[in-house]
Amino acid sequence: MHIVVCVKAVPSSTEVKMDPVTHTIVRDGRESVVNPFDAAALEVALAIKDERAAAGEGCRVSVLSMGIPATEALLRDGIARGASDALLLSDRAFAGADTLATSYALSCGIRELGSAGMGDAAASGASEQRAAALGSAAPGIPEGGTAKPGYAVPGAPEHGEAAPGPSLPDLILCGKMAVDGDTAQIGPELAGLFDMPCVTDVRELVAIERGRVTVRHATDVGIELVEVPLPVVLTVAKDIAQPRMPSIAGVRAAAGVPVAVLSAACVQADPARSGLAGSPTQVVRSFVPERSDTCEVLEGSVPQQAARIIALAEEAGL
Amino acid sequence: MSGLMVDAARCVGCKRCERACAFGGIVVEGRLARPTDACTLCGGCVEACPVDAIAIERDEASERPGRNLSAYRDIWVISQVDAEGALLPVVFELVGKALELAEARGCQVVAVLGEAGRVPRQAERLAATGVAEVIHAVDERLAHADAEVFAQWICALAEERRPETMLFGATAFGRELAPRVAVRLQTGLTADCTALDIDPKTGALLQTRPAFGGNLMATIECPAHRPQMATVRPGVFAAPECVTAGAGAGADLAAGIITQALLAPEVAPRVIVLGIEPVTGGSIAQAERLVVVGRGIGSKKNLPLVERLAELLHAELGCTRPLVEAGWLDYAHQVGQTGAAVAPKLLVSIGVSGAIQHLAGIGGAETVIAINEDAAAPIFGVADYAVVGDAVEVVTELIAQLEARN
Repeated sequence: MHIVVCVKAVPSSTEVKMDPVTHTIVRDGRESVVNPFDAAALEVALAIKDERAAAGEGCRVSVLSMGIPATEALLRDGIARGASDALLLSDRAFAGADTLATSYALSCGIRELGSAGMGDAAASGASEQRAAALGSAAPGIPEGGTAKPGYAVPGAPEHGEAAPGPSLPDLILCGKMAVDGDTAQIGPELAGLFDMPCVTDVRELVAIERGRVTVRHATDVGIELVEVPLPVVLTVAKDIAQPRMPSIAGVRAAAGVPVAVLSAACVQADPARSGLAGSPTQVVRSFVPERSDTCEVLEGSVPQQAARIIALAEEAGL
Repeated sequence: MSGLMVDAARCVGCKRCERACAFGGIVVEGRLARPTDACTLCGGCVEACPVDAIAIERDEASERPGRNLSAYRDIWVISQVDAEGALLPVVFELVGKALELAEARGCQVVAVLGEAGRVPRQAERLAATGVAEVIHAVDERLAHADAEVFAQWICALAEERRPETMLFGATAFGRELAPRVAVRLQTGLTADCTALDIDPKTGALLQTRPAFGGNLMATIECPAHRPQMATVRPGVFAAPECVTAGAGAGADLAAGIITQALLAPEVAPRVIVLGIEPVTGGSIAQAERLVVVGRGIGSKKNLPLVERLAELLHAELGCTRPLVEAGWLDYAHQVGQTGAAVAPKLLVSIGVSGAIQHLAGIGGAETVIAINEDAAAPIFGVADYAVVGDAVEVVTELIAQLEARN
């Protein structure tokens, strides 16, 4: 079984705040973290891997991201937690991507992960050594580099919504949304690109067996228990699993494993569908929203304040 | 390749771009701005530059219209029904906004509705809202809100009829369906818009949404692709009375025509629903009145007080993230960036300081009353009414007065 977990680096939670006086964004200590929803998705994948390992079966968990070169550290952390390998798509050509261009880039990365060079060895179970071998064969590609690293990709993947090939993963896991963008679009868009079914806002993974997965997920009408055939895209809620910490052995092992960092050209991404060029949406203006500065302070004794609150509640339909 | 260009002759090294950038995507070195690898081409620095030294250059490919834009017309509202088969309130809200945009643009509003046979049919109800047409399908394959099935149907319709704009409610279903449609049609989608406007000449939809947890608002366009697509959170727009009341009320609206459309025979659901546990209790996202409690309530033993207050106010109970993390309340109660976004008419905020991640979730609230000890708490920056005082004391008094009143 092959599981790809898509992760995004987001600013750590306390960071993105506005200076109330200058209305500029305060950027002290720009530490990035893995989007907490994606961290939960990785935990779900690792739990499946553990379960399979206990049953003597192989399971490869790949962590995939598109981001700036520094994102490599977060992917390495994923390996330290137990992922088999990781791929970072990093290239100026990806900058300015909206969700359509992002999901396209990730789809190129997913095909790459399933290509002969990256897939076979890990799928056979020797994932740790595999990842190490991959890393030594694929040192960080210099920016704009077009040279393929030491493994070959069979035939150019089609730049389109091709039917799922034999090398696609069984399971693509994403967080249901990113805390910074909050669009929740990447999972369903990936499903569309690969013509896979998709289940969003998964709260519990009940079973994976005989090529089908059973999950509980939140919908507008309640919590649904659904069954769906693999391959499938699942997007998970944050409380589905508590991410494990990396083990000391995991950190040591991961330290020696260079994460594959590939450019747009390396994954044969169509420039017209990548980054700003491949993004139908454009930000034409950004501005600081007007805050309610008309806040009325309710004065008086506590009983008087309470009476005012009740009167306001009545105005609002109580 | 597209990129951020700095005109060295104009740049004065004032660093406003550096301060405006949320990503560390531009730095000033030797009195000259230079983009870094972290640049996401968001355009924040372009706005901030006082001397017009920064520009985003786009490839010709990205400027060239991908398709003949003039072949697309009208505004589609993708409709959704609830478990009982009734139209969701957000449908009326979207129709109201779409009618306003269509009037400015000089085009029509078309509602798209797919239902299954066992439920009451809502097409006539929808046709009476002022829309020109309802595209309607009745098919058992539409019985469950299966985004893949709906997407195949809607994409086939859109390829044939070419709508200029498509609006979706940002419900769980809408947030899954819209991206599936967008990726299939290879077009742009803006999530969770809080304002929509239209350029009457070009039909370009100006979609405004919060970014950075509501600290910044971004207006987004989809200049070269059609249809242009947006999702809108329930409760953001008010549904005009003429829309909810139906044809004949107020303005002389004629009922729209109803066109039946079929699903292609090969469309087959792949997600099998084995069971549904209906939502127990109200959902905080849909609540009309909401009490939200934060750490300022002091200790867990005060929680029953807040629960009692919510009950007396006929309100749902929400909370901040630390309370969920402490295990006081379930995640289903969490309001904010990683919880639910809420849009109640009345929100009573108790002992909530107002971390930005929390404020990001309450932007849709109409009236906010905040009770907090700390007069400088950020929650008061978004509140309409403030009580500076001990939360437990005020809540106890509120309960006493409400109980006496009943």
